[in-house]
Amino acid sequence: MLASMQTATPKIEVPQRKSEAPTTEDQRREAKVAVRDLDFFYGKSQALHGISLEIPERIVMAFIGPSGCGKSTFLRTLNRMNDVIPNTRAQGEVLIDGHDIYIAGTDVVELRRRVGMVFQKSNPFPKSIFENVAYGLRINRVTKSSSELSGRVEQALKDAALWEEVKDRLKSSALSLSGGQQQRLCIARALAIRPEVLLMDEPASALDPIATSKIEELIFDLKKHYTIVIVTHNMQQAARVSDQTAFFLLGKLIEVNTTEKMFTAPNERLTEDYITGRFG
Amino acid sequence: MDKHRHLDDELSLLRDRVLLLGGETERALERAMFALTERDTAVANEVLDNDDRVDLLEVEIDRQCIDIIALRQPAARDLRFVISVAKMAPVLERIADHACNIARAAIDLNNEPEVKPVHDLSPMAAHALSMLRAALDAFTSGDAELAREVIKSDSEINNLYNHIFHRLIELMVTEPSTASRDARLLFVAKHLERIGDYVTDICELTVYMTEAAFIKHYHQRSN
Repeated sequence: MLASMQTATPKIEVPQRKSEAPTTEDQRREAKVAVRDLDFFYGKSQALHGISLEIPERIVMAFIGPSGCGKSTFLRTLNRMNDVIPNTRAQGEVLIDGHDIYIAGTDVVELRRRVGMVFQKSNPFPKSIFENVAYGLRINRVTKSSSELSGRVEQALKDAALWEEVKDRLKSSALSLSGGQQQRLCIARALAIRPEVLLMDEPASALDPIATSKIEELIFDLKKHYTIVIVTHNMQQAARVSDQTAFFLLGKLIEVNTTEKMFTAPNERLTEDYITGRFG
Repeated sequence: MDKHRHLDDELSLLRDRVLLLGGETERALERAMFALTERDTAVANEVLDNDDRVDLLEVEIDRQCIDIIALRQPAARDLRFVISVAKMAPVLERIADHACNIARAAIDLNNEPEVKPVHDLSPMAAHALSMLRAALDAFTSGDAELAREVIKSDSEINNLYNHIFHRLIELMVTEPSTASRDARLLFVAKHLERIGDYVTDICELTVYMTEAAFIKHYHQRSN
């Protein structure tokens, strides 16, 4: 051992990594969604504990955590999808563009138009491809003419990277599509009514790698226009598609960080143990 | 309690292999300097013969790192460890290459009359070896503080190099008959100085592995 090494010397200060700097582009953006001290209950059982989180506009945020940690429950609080489950209760604030979506008098239908959702299992209606996408536009009376309706359907299918594959068979049943195509059709259906936020609950968990890759490419393109929140059990998928990642455990938000930082040097030991598979 | 993972076994094997490579590198340098200062050509040839083993170890480590990244997709500290090892193995191999170059110089010089400054290289070699050992210790124990100390001590090797450089140049002028041998010693000194730099690289990787901090260019600017 070198003699000079036996005496303690001051630590060399290192420059802050770009991803840790307080003024990244993402953080400068206004929060599209801001959640403050949110608790959520299924009957007497508390599923979420004091969640506070901000989601900047036009980024992809991934929620990760073990099964039952509350990430899907939390996702559904962002457009009040939990309201349809009996005996549930939310406390705290969920602000979209600064407006609390839980205050009395909130138009939940309008909220869900602004905050769209795509589920784990694709759920096309047993109708034609065209009608699946047109459905939301019709019931919301968004379009004034059939040509406008057709234009919106085409655009939504293009945005969902499905147009080229279905443009010659729009009248075919949606159920004739492959699993991956059905999921992109559901994304097109959500995009048709031009939401501002898109919630995705494990959107590729039932798909093969090629279909998964298409969904992931799509998510990457969609973030130019939408704020996207995705729940995934696939850590590599979270790393691939998201800008920020939030880790949940036992109904608590343990850490939210840039995805790069989260997967190379997370701040919290619990996060590190989870993403390295050390939970026993 | 942490759950046991297959990845832990693989990382442990990888660590053992890097330490084996580190040990071989350390021995190569030690033996090459012995061959030079004790004028033992047989030992110099041993160093050269053993270099294939060092190369093989480096390739095995490379392959193991690629397998772990492709098949296990490590994250966080596991990822930092694998990346550090993948970058460290070629550095250790380069140190062993420098040791081989010293061994080659020893073979040449042993065929000629001894030049006195050869013994001036011993403190420099001792310091380089000490740095290498400490760097491997810091890596093994994940001791970023020790790694930083080693980085600082590289300035000592640079000072020794500058001293030897001037002395050998002076000798070349005053005793031209030994100039070719002095030139060979100058190369040996340069190899030792470069080894100091490589050890610094190893320590920077240890700091990254331990603290996820990139210090490479920062500390170079501050020196």
